[in-house]
Amino acid sequence: MQTTASADVRLVSTTAPRRKPRTPWATWLHRIFVVLMYLFMLSPLIFVVWLSFFKDAILYFPPSGYTLSWYQKAVTDSAFVNGFITSLQVAVIASLCGVMLGVAASLGIIRYAFKGNNLVNTLLLSPLLVPGIVAGVAIYLAYLQVENLLDMDVVGTYGGLVLAHICLTIPWTVRLVSASMHGLDPSIVEAARNLGASPRVAFWRVTLPLLRPAIVAASLFSFVVSFENLELSLSLVGPGRTTLPIAIMQYLEFNLDPTIAAVSAIQILLLGIVMLVTDRFVKLSQVV
Amino acid sequence: MAKVSIERLKKTFGSAVAVSDFSLDIADGELVAFLGPSGCGKTTTLRMIAGFIEPTAGTIHIGDDDVTHMPVHKRNTGMVFQRYALFPHMTVSQNVLFGLEMHKVPAAERDKRMRAALDMVRMSQFHDRYPRQLSGGQQQRVAIARALAIQPRVFLLDEPLSNLDAKLRVEVREEIRDLQRDLGLTTVFVTHDQEEALAIADRMAIMHDGKVQQIGSPEALYERPANLFVADFLGKMNFFEGAISETGKFLTTHQHQIVIDGADRSVKKVGVRPERITLSSQPQGPNTLSGTVDTAIYLGSMIDIRVRLDSGESMSAQVSNRGGDHIRHLAEGARVHASFAPADCVLFSE
Repeated sequence: MQTTASADVRLVSTTAPRRKPRTPWATWLHRIFVVLMYLFMLSPLIFVVWLSFFKDAILYFPPSGYTLSWYQKAVTDSAFVNGFITSLQVAVIASLCGVMLGVAASLGIIRYAFKGNNLVNTLLLSPLLVPGIVAGVAIYLAYLQVENLLDMDVVGTYGGLVLAHICLTIPWTVRLVSASMHGLDPSIVEAARNLGASPRVAFWRVTLPLLRPAIVAASLFSFVVSFENLELSLSLVGPGRTTLPIAIMQYLEFNLDPTIAAVSAIQILLLGIVMLVTDRFVKLSQVV
Repeated sequence: MAKVSIERLKKTFGSAVAVSDFSLDIADGELVAFLGPSGCGKTTTLRMIAGFIEPTAGTIHIGDDDVTHMPVHKRNTGMVFQRYALFPHMTVSQNVLFGLEMHKVPAAERDKRMRAALDMVRMSQFHDRYPRQLSGGQQQRVAIARALAIQPRVFLLDEPLSNLDAKLRVEVREEIRDLQRDLGLTTVFVTHDQEEALAIADRMAIMHDGKVQQIGSPEALYERPANLFVADFLGKMNFFEGAISETGKFLTTHQHQIVIDGADRSVKKVGVRPERITLSSQPQGPNTLSGTVDTAIYLGSMIDIRVRLDSGESMSAQVSNRGGDHIRHLAEGARVHASFAPADCVLFSE
């Protein structure tokens, strides 16, 4: 079989000029479809970035020229700068706390088959199911009750906002980390214990390193989800503590110039960099 | 190394009894295999020795120490798992060093012991590889080195060969046996493979439904099974039901008369191993049963023959394949006479 096959190849290559195999039309159709789908998904981003360079203060098509002045306005406008700082702080703290709590919760759910662990799992994932605006109003009302009970400010405080965002981030961690933990052979941790590691040492030296990809991915998602959240934050922010998405929305109420586009472009760029850097250390595609 | 004594060990999960009344003394340097079908409690018992499962009752001593309630990491047992369980984020040498570090071996000595352990299983040249870069057999060798580097008091193996292919299984099995003998390791080896247990064990404990059926050397268990379960589980056996007659012979329910040694009124069953049966064209000896060859299965070194006796029962016989004309008279449908010596009859009173 082998020899006849190679003889055939030689025959073709000597008698006829080598021709590239023709790509069937179905393959072309498939490629065009893929390109179109990507364009469709990326079109909002492309337009936002493009708009941010338009010269005209009122969106006008086609633009009369291009400028960078909106970027200058974006990075000097105090509402945006303060909003960015608030969002960054809230997102960092919320994702850190959310990841720690989420890892602990996943550990409990997967490792210890206690009664009702499915219920707990569902509850922890439920913030994904409730529309943000509803959750925001619900948390707002709950905070009012707490204020009445404890006679202290909750609504409009940093703490209140961060707490709400922690709720928002937990489902991502629980989802990613418990999936990763599920795939972990329990005898690996047992081997560590057998070799003389206390439960604590086995956790730090074996379990945690094995969960690292999932934890990094969970942190990233938590950060992004918190950073760009608008609906939940709307009813919880206090004066002078607006987050970036809220600052953008407030600006939009009275203005329609490309500053917004510039702010968004910067945000897209920053999040993109965070994702790329993360991907260098942990292949996100393996976890998500 | 140390001896291990297990006394009246019991484990229940809710209302299910996993292990009950398990008592066993393992001598220093002895290899005991726990053998039984899945769910018989052999792994549960091993995990109680390692400390992963808390016994419901009973005690476990390693050396002179009562370890019944001692946490896993203080027991100093070296365990090898079915699925290797190497740390995937560590290299081969880091895997071995982990245990040495946990046991607070001085840093200067760790490297030396790690190398010695890897040399022992011929894995030194792979010291900087990650587990995923190794084959199953290599991974299991590293796991053995890792378990032995800490110089455990007891060596525990939980079906260590069942993920390997047949040829490798024999190879690693012999390696384990050699290491165990050379180092004088007190070893518990859990398996569901009887050939593995027979080949490796000094003594074996056959378990069924959470209970030990019989403990003894492979030969003792095979030649003198204590009960029907052991007889049937270890190898094959033909059984005849019946009772001792007035003449002192065993009279089967199909009216065969079987001459047995040491007849006792309580005998209710007689068993004969297939390989102890001689098939011939002429009747011979005191115990000869006649019939026709039903099926003959060619197994290479052996031929497995099912004989339908004239009384309607069927029995199996094994004939070693000596080639030539020797097996021609055993074609399907041929008349044969199956005979066996009274000494080859195993008596049961259940």
